[in-house]
Amino acid sequence: MSKAKVATVWLDGCSGCHMSVLDMDETLLEVVKRADIVYGPLVDAQEFPEGVDLTLVEGAVSNQDDLKLIQKIRGRTKLLVALGDCAVTGNVPSMRNGIPVKALLERGYVEGSDVNHRPPTDGVPALLRNALPVHEVVRVDLHIPGCPPKADAIAYVVMEVLAGRKPELTGKVKFG
Amino acid sequence: MPQKISLRIDGELIHTAGQRSILEVALEHGKFIPSLCHMKGLASVGACRLCIVEVAGVGRVLPACSTPVQDGMAVTTQSDKLRRYRKIALELLFAERNHVCAVCVSNGHCELQGLATKLGVTGVRYPYTFPKIGVDLTHKKFTLDQNRCILCTRCVRVCAEVEGAHVWDVSSRGVGSRLVCELNRKWGESRNCTSCGKCVQSCPTGALAEKGFAVEEMTKRTEPISRLTALRGVRP
Repeated sequence: MSKAKVATVWLDGCSGCHMSVLDMDETLLEVVKRADIVYGPLVDAQEFPEGVDLTLVEGAVSNQDDLKLIQKIRGRTKLLVALGDCAVTGNVPSMRNGIPVKALLERGYVEGSDVNHRPPTDGVPALLRNALPVHEVVRVDLHIPGCPPKADAIAYVVMEVLAGRKPELTGKVKFG
Repeated sequence: MPQKISLRIDGELIHTAGQRSILEVALEHGKFIPSLCHMKGLASVGACRLCIVEVAGVGRVLPACSTPVQDGMAVTTQSDKLRRYRKIALELLFAERNHVCAVCVSNGHCELQGLATKLGVTGVRYPYTFPKIGVDLTHKKFTLDQNRCILCTRCVRVCAEVEGAHVWDVSSRGVGSRLVCELNRKWGESRNCTSCGKCVQSCPTGALAEKGFAVEEMTKRTEPISRLTALRGVRP
């Protein structure tokens, strides 16, 4: 039997959810027995591969790069999991949503800065009008809320999915 | 002498006095019915719609908190339909304001957040509205964060019915509804607020909190208020 392909991705988030993935401790050894980790901040792949079985998405969809990447990932992933509150609700990145992007950037890079006094344009993707939860952009198969989600909850979901079962998260996870 | 009545809740035969709500009687008999706007000791208003139950022979679901028990009634508190509707009601509450649990004073102690966990709401299927609404920090002891408010009106009722000051009310309609202090004054400029803090303790979320508390630090207690109303004979 060939191993399953698992990917993780880090959009607009703080990487705390990935820290929680690492917090699975010895369960990670069980995961890599059954699956290869083929993409994400924890491995060295440059291009998101085809035919991925499970992708854990951390972070909200906030800019053009996030948008293109998540659409590509959806097309190449069987089971897409929103991991953590930013991916599930928009969370902290979405707190900017009441403020127009131009005013937001000016507040940060002009009023709040001692040098340059202009928003960066080179090498950074343009912000979307709103930071959105993943399911408002592409179809999401499962949500694991939490800021960050408990390592136990992530381990449970990953192991259940790898075993071909549907995880039941009632009572196991909380927002925040 | 109060009228004695008999009814069935989830098949269990229960004898009780009349003029009580389905919710009160069900909770007394160990049933679980979720609710947010209900608070023991305050009048019921049926605002949150989480306590909906099915009553045999009635074609629609009814809020248990504001439906009186009747002789011969057969009530169902748990069914797929009710679970589905309750989840929808919760998700709509989340979608309507900016409940950023991760940075809320009530994170971990919030009734809205707790019910989401208990009822299995792991995501919100409706588009978030991301309203731009403010925070009132003008009161010397307390804070009002409209982003967390679910319009349960527990603060409105506790202030009017128990403290007798009636500082709080709800203005406007629908998604534009807002909790207001005395015809839209800043809380710090209120003429009637006694700073008793009952509204803060009654608030199920982080919308009303005490100053000086950081994320996850604000815990609340409603029992002393419920006990006070019982002692005064306002409500059982």
